[in-house]
Formats: sequence, structure tokens, C-alpha cells
Amino acid sequence: MNASGPASLLQVQGVTLQYRTEKHVVTATYRVSFDVYGADRFVVLGPSGCGKSTLLKAVGGYMAPTEGTMKLKGVPINNPGADRVFVFQEFDQLLPWKTVKQNVTFALQSARKLRGKAAEAQAMRYIEKVNLARFADSYPHTLSGGMKQRVAIARALAMEPDVLLMDEPFAALDALTRRKMQEELLQLWDETRFTMLFVTHSIPEAVLVGNRILLLSPHPGQVKGELNSDGSDRVDAASGRKLSERIHDMLFADRIEEQEAVHHG
Amino acid sequence: MADATAIPAHPLALPPLRPEYLREVVAGKDIGVIEQPLTLWQRLANQAWLRKAIVLLVIASAWELYARWLNNPLLVPTFTATLDAFETGMTNGELPEKVANSVVLLLKGYALGLALAMAFTALAIMSRIGNDLLETLTSAFNPLPAIALLPLALIWFGLGDISIIFVLVHSVLWAVALNTHSGFRSVSNTLRMVGRNYGLKGPRYIAKILIPAAFPSIVTGLKIGWAFAWRTLIAAELVFGVSSGKGGLGWYIYENKNMLDIPAVFAGLLTVILIGLIVENVIFRNIEAVTVRRWGMQS
Repeated sequence: MNASGPASLLQVQGVTLQYRTEKHVVTATYRVSFDVYGADRFVVLGPSGCGKSTLLKAVGGYMAPTEGTMKLKGVPINNPGADRVFVFQEFDQLLPWKTVKQNVTFALQSARKLRGKAAEAQAMRYIEKVNLARFADSYPHTLSGGMKQRVAIARALAMEPDVLLMDEPFAALDALTRRKMQEELLQLWDETRFTMLFVTHSIPEAVLVGNRILLLSPHPGQVKGELNSDGSDRVDAASGRKLSERIHDMLFADRIEEQEAVHHG
Repeated sequence: MADATAIPAHPLALPPLRPEYLREVVAGKDIGVIEQPLTLWQRLANQAWLRKAIVLLVIASAWELYARWLNNPLLVPTFTATLDAFETGMTNGELPEKVANSVVLLLKGYALGLALAMAFTALAIMSRIGNDLLETLTSAFNPLPAIALLPLALIWFGLGDISIIFVLVHSVLWAVALNTHSGFRSVSNTLRMVGRNYGLKGPRYIAKILIPAAFPSIVTGLKIGWAFAWRTLIAAELVFGVSSGKGGLGWYIYENKNMLDIPAVFAGLLTVILIGLIVENVIFRNIEAVTVRRWGMQS
């Protein structure tokens, strides 16, 4: 925020996103601004319908904003590119016709980042990092959901992108696996210090995974604030409340007002 | 509240309160059978080829018994007589030659049909007008039996291989294009985004994402196209038979019917069926085994 500090990696300024359905033009986000700095674990948190996934798609270059600008390292974002690698929620993001190792080398070769032996070595390095070396030659359909997501994370990290875009990557996992994956992700971050933009609707996940949390309100998504987190759900000195409780109050304050309005009306 | 106790089926009734209990589980080795190999009989019954072979055997026996009971080789020759005629045809070289003629012609038409189908589908994927073109053409031509074009083909291209190849292309092209195109369209949005994320565009995107992802539909298209081509070829050969001095299997059947050599007619039909079975169960099955089945895209 201060002018003398390091320059931000990703700048999103006044971005309004609209998409067309059969009958309507829907505004997903309205004038959203935020800055992501190097090594940030930047979480975008909001209830369903706040346009957070759409926002991530826009940063990924899959859709253009109707208003506002998005810049990565000062360069406007126009197209999808390998400098911003996605990890999706869906398990079918792995190519079923390629083994775990081939999935990673495929990414490196398609993006013309590395070839041949170098690509293989890089792939194995990151597959080992997510503890899947034993499964390097397995096809994705033989893996569990958690393992598939680990492959997707290894594939994304192997690309060594400027920013990792994670679209609720653990939402389809069972609670125990999800918890384990969150810990592993933090451990990976400790080792490699990548920058990530992480979208979720889970407050505990945001508090655990993020160091900076952007809160969005629903219909359309507007910024409600940015909070810091140290992962421990600390108690705020000023209000005497836990971080997760403060977030909960901020996100769901509207809903309580709505309900009251209904009751009184 | 007093009413609630009086009526036992009240919606707010509570389940009975039961005591809790805890148990020690038995160690795996004490249970006995956890994994037991199947018996020989169970394993044999699991072999699809064996079950199908038995079905074929039953059909052949029924045929043999019926033909013997009917005792009229001009209508239905026995299974053994058919086998004899088949053996004679194979040993005197007539049948292999006809098969070779048919298969070579078929492969020419099939290859050309596939190439055109690929071109059409690529066009349909890359532009909206190409998409409209393919959809209109497939909906118009797919229901039209290819053999219905044979009279026209004969007028345009004369009595020869080109006419047959023309109808073969027509029989393959639309079935393959239709299946490939619907396969491309059902590729998941996530996979598409993954492909674009790693910078794949145009032909590289089609080759590396769309074709493998749509492979189950493409194989189905190839199978349907093959079956259409094979039956169209035999039918075309039956209609105008010999071309440029050498006939195919259809001609073999037609010729032997004219000579009232009915066992040979049956032998010709048996050959048509056998080739169909081999292509389906050996060639396509193996293609599927090393691709879609291995990838877990088809069980």
C-alpha cells in the first residue's frame, strides 16, 4: 500500500465483469480492486454468487473486463498464458490419456518452457514434492481425488508461474483429505514461496491458507475489505473477536439485515 | 402435549433410547477368507470370448440340425456343407482373391472418407460457418443410404472402382464426421481451459486436447463407418458385380447364386460375417484396449 514499498505483482483496478446468459447480462463483480504481491497467499473469499470464480477466470485471461484494468508485472492481461497457471476444482483437469509424469511434462512442453530430459527432470522434481513419485507412471483414473489434485498442483508449480490461480481446488475433497491438502499446500509454499491467488467460499480455509484475505459481497461482487491472517485464527485486539468470527459477521451481516427486513416488512 | 403421548405415530415421536456398546474387532488373519482365488469354472465363465464361442457353437448346431431335417441343399445347405464349400473356395484361391479385392477397395474408400471427415470436422471446430455446413450436410446425407447413390455414381463415373469408392466415401464420411464432431463438442470445459492455459491454439489444440479427449466418440465413429462401408461395398458388388475384370465378395455370392451353388453362397456370406467379426473383435477391440480403456475413459 505505501508508495515506497515493493511494487505489486498483480494489479486489479476497478474491474467490472459481466457475462451473458440466454436472456440476461449478469454483472458478476463491480469495480473490484486489489493488489497481489510476490509470495502472497492471497485469498478471495465470498459466498456463492459473489463472482469470485469469474474474477479468477478474468485474471486467467479467459474473459475480458467490461470496465477496469488487470496487469501482471505491469503488462495488461489479454489472453490465457502459462505465466498464470490454473488449478481447478474439477478432477478432470488432468488429461486422462497421459500418466502423472506425462501430464506434467505435457504442460512444460506445450508452453514451450522445457523439452525432453529437462522437462522430465523438472516434472519428477515437483511430483516428488507432492509425494507422488511412486505413481509417476499411473494413469489419472487409478488415483484418488486428493492425489489427482496433488498432480494438478505439481503440474502448476512445475511451470513456475508468476502467480498460481487456484479455483476452490479442495472443495470436491472429503473433509479429512481437504485438511491434509491445506497443510501440504502451506508446506509447499514454505519450500518454494510461490505467489497464489486462491478462491474459496470456506472461512476456515481462507483463515488457514491465506496471509491476506479479500472479502467480496454477493450479487454483484464488491470488495468489503482486506484482512491479514497468520493462519492461527488469532483474536483481534480491538474487537476481542476471532478473525473467522469477524469475517463471518462481515460477510453475513447483509443476510441478517435482509432477514430482519423480511420479518418487519 | 398430552395429545402427543396419546398418539404413538405423532410426527414428533422420538426413537427409542438404546444402550451404547463397544467391541474389539477380530484380527484379519483369524477371519479366514479375505481374498480367495476364483475357481477354474468361475474364471472360465468370466471369459467373454469363451461364452461367445459357446453361443456360436449352439447356433451352428441348430443350423446343422435344421438343414438336415429340411434336407434341401438348394434352400438351406448344412453347416458342414457350407464349411466344405468355404474350404474349397479357400484352397483353390478364389475366395482369398475376392476377399483381397473387396478389402483393398474398402480400405481405399475408408481412408478417403476418414480424411474428408477429419477435414470437415476441423473446419466445423474452427469456424461457425463450418459448423453450420457440417451440421446441415450430416443431417441431410447421414440418413440417405449410400447405396442409393450408386445409380448416379455409375452415370457419373462409369462401371469401375471409382463408382464404388464414391459410395464408400459417402457411407463413411457422414457417420465419422457426426461422431467426431459430437465428441469434440462434449469435451469438458475444464480440459479446454487447461489446453488454452498452456498456450495451445489451432491445430496443436485440436491434436493435443480435442482428439484424445474425444477419442471414445471417434472410435465409435470409426466402427460405425467401417460397418456402413462394409455393407455398402458388398451391396454395391451385388448390384453391378465385376469391375475391371476382378470381382469382390459380393460378386462371388452373386455368381454362385446364378450357378445354384448354394453352399458357396453361404460360404461367401460366412466370409463376410467372419471378416466383420475379426475387424470388430480383433482390430477395434485392440485399438480400444490400448487407448480409451487404458485411459479409463471407457470401462
